[in-house]
Amino acid sequence: MMTHLVVLPIIIPLVTAGLAVLTRKSGTLQRWLGVMGMIAQIIISVLLLWQVMDHGILATQMGNWAAPFGITLVADLLSAIMVVITAIMGFAVAVYSLADIDKTRESYGYYPLLHLLLMGVNGTFLTGDIFNMYVWFEVMLISSFVLLALGNEKTQMEGAIKYVIINIISSSFLLIGIALLYGMFGTLNMADLANKIAGSDSPGLVTAISMLFMVSFSIKAAMFPLFFWLPASYHTPPVAVSAIFAGLLTKVGVYTLLRFFTLIFIQDVAYTHHILLWAAGLTMLTGVLGAASQNEVRKILSFHIVSQIGYMVMGLALFTPLAIVGSVFYIVHHIIVKTNLFLVAGVASRLTGSFELSKMGGLWRHYPWLGALFLIPAFSLAGFPPLSGFWAKLTLIYAGLEIESYPIVIVALVVGLLTLFSMTKIWAAAFWSPMADDKIDISDFRKVITKWDLTLLVIPMVILAALTVTIGLYAQPFYEVSLEAAEQLLNPSIYINAVLGQ
Amino acid sequence: METLLAFIVGGLFASSIYLMLRKNLIRIIIGLILLSNAVNLLIFTMGRLTSANPPLIAEGANVAEAGIANPLPQALILTAIVIGFGLLAFALVLAYRSYMELNTVEVDELRLAEPPFPGENIKVAGDSVAEKKEVISSTGGESITSPGGKGGK
Repeated sequence: MMTHLVVLPIIIPLVTAGLAVLTRKSGTLQRWLGVMGMIAQIIISVLLLWQVMDHGILATQMGNWAAPFGITLVADLLSAIMVVITAIMGFAVAVYSLADIDKTRESYGYYPLLHLLLMGVNGTFLTGDIFNMYVWFEVMLISSFVLLALGNEKTQMEGAIKYVIINIISSSFLLIGIALLYGMFGTLNMADLANKIAGSDSPGLVTAISMLFMVSFSIKAAMFPLFFWLPASYHTPPVAVSAIFAGLLTKVGVYTLLRFFTLIFIQDVAYTHHILLWAAGLTMLTGVLGAASQNEVRKILSFHIVSQIGYMVMGLALFTPLAIVGSVFYIVHHIIVKTNLFLVAGVASRLTGSFELSKMGGLWRHYPWLGALFLIPAFSLAGFPPLSGFWAKLTLIYAGLEIESYPIVIVALVVGLLTLFSMTKIWAAAFWSPMADDKIDISDFRKVITKWDLTLLVIPMVILAALTVTIGLYAQPFYEVSLEAAEQLLNPSIYINAVLGQ
Repeated sequence: METLLAFIVGGLFASSIYLMLRKNLIRIIIGLILLSNAVNLLIFTMGRLTSANPPLIAEGANVAEAGIANPLPQALILTAIVIGFGLLAFALVLAYRSYMELNTVEVDELRLAEPPFPGENIKVAGDSVAEKKEVISSTGGESITSPGGKGGK
């Protein structure tokens, strides 16, 4: 039973997607089946996390082929945490979609695609085989392509073209890297690869190959200088789609970076992680400056995804136990906060009729609760105590000070301040200032949205905001889990032994 | 044989990069097709080219005899071909749909989602001259997208 638990986070979305296709004629049934599927995913993934915390790394061999030959699924603590957070985001977005996704998109298969997307994401988190990881990446990508283009609006077509082309190129890089690694070491199993690379007599070649992986994952994680596809496409689809993309997809790139550059490519840390450190600093800066120059809520938030990716990679690049803890903690915090901010932006634009800051306004006066729901994730993103972002940033900055890496610490602090600047920009324009056009009266939401729909939109926001506050006020248990996850990441032998069973 | 294939792979990479640097969407997609073929050929070459026996296990035996070819690279290529085919078919249909919607295949003109700043002299796809001015003046895609992202066709 315990080994089956590792497979279930992949099976459940697949089954739900299948059921969603079968029930496409009945909209209501399809929608609520989707929500039930997400709840099942949460239960299973929490069970998985609990098992991994109890028993250590779980590994299962598909088709009972012994480890280096068959495909292995591995759930270490980091994978289990990511699967749990994916399921929670999936649930939040599925509920939000009930009121946000129109009938046309639904009839063209929005729900099956959403579940297939989550299947791809979970597969990437759980696989222990590099070629299998490529396949899961593609499952995730093809679903995201269709979700992005679904609806056929002109801007969506445009965003989709840029997103699709750059992602196909990034997948090709990944495949080249896999081919070269296979040619050199004759194995695709991550644990086996880690073993063989550690004993390799040509570390220079391995470092060259690691750069291919770094480029591929950096494109997916939207790191400097490879992030330009993100602000070009993430603001075009409906908010529910933007929210799940913003929360999960780039973080899959960060996860793979974490996995590969703690387990497999650690033969020349001084070189590879130094590059990552530079990329992290520049990612933070360019992202936040890009956000400061924008005047459209979703574009501001998109640029902030880029800048926050920098913090997560900074933790990996510093490569001390504390820094990795910060990285893991930051990923969890960021996924929740970012998804929530997109969801709030969606409701704000529904009420005011625009995503342009110049055309929004008056929200605080008429909907103070929405203001509160915006402030929690916004302050958390900027790193205000006692919210989750504060602990995440504190850990990273402390880790930077500990090894006297001052330039990156300064960048991180300045970027935090600039983040606050763009959050106050949204706050001032959309919430505090009066509506630019006085003819538009936004005091009665019933004109644009039914009460039931509004409730459906608000429930996920409240849940995510509550999570942010909980992580902020009771940081200790979350911190301890991150600590254990970091310990596993920094001791590859634990992972290798769990997979190869030595 | 490996040298020859290395040159073929290199040539394919070079031409695909050249094509992908063009401004025409169709050429970019042809570039992507060449790229995915180059990668498949690379996997094939990395699996070592040998004139060994086919990887078959004799009847009654559990293990194949020594000196068989490695079948795994071909399994990998087969998977990669199928995935690449799906992705490229999608990319082609997307290019066609966007040509129908936006009336252009020039990537420089794809600026509806990222409108040019005032003063930037760029032709924006899918718009007549009059509409173009409106997009520039409103500094956003608001004239195109309806609120809440609703309004799929």
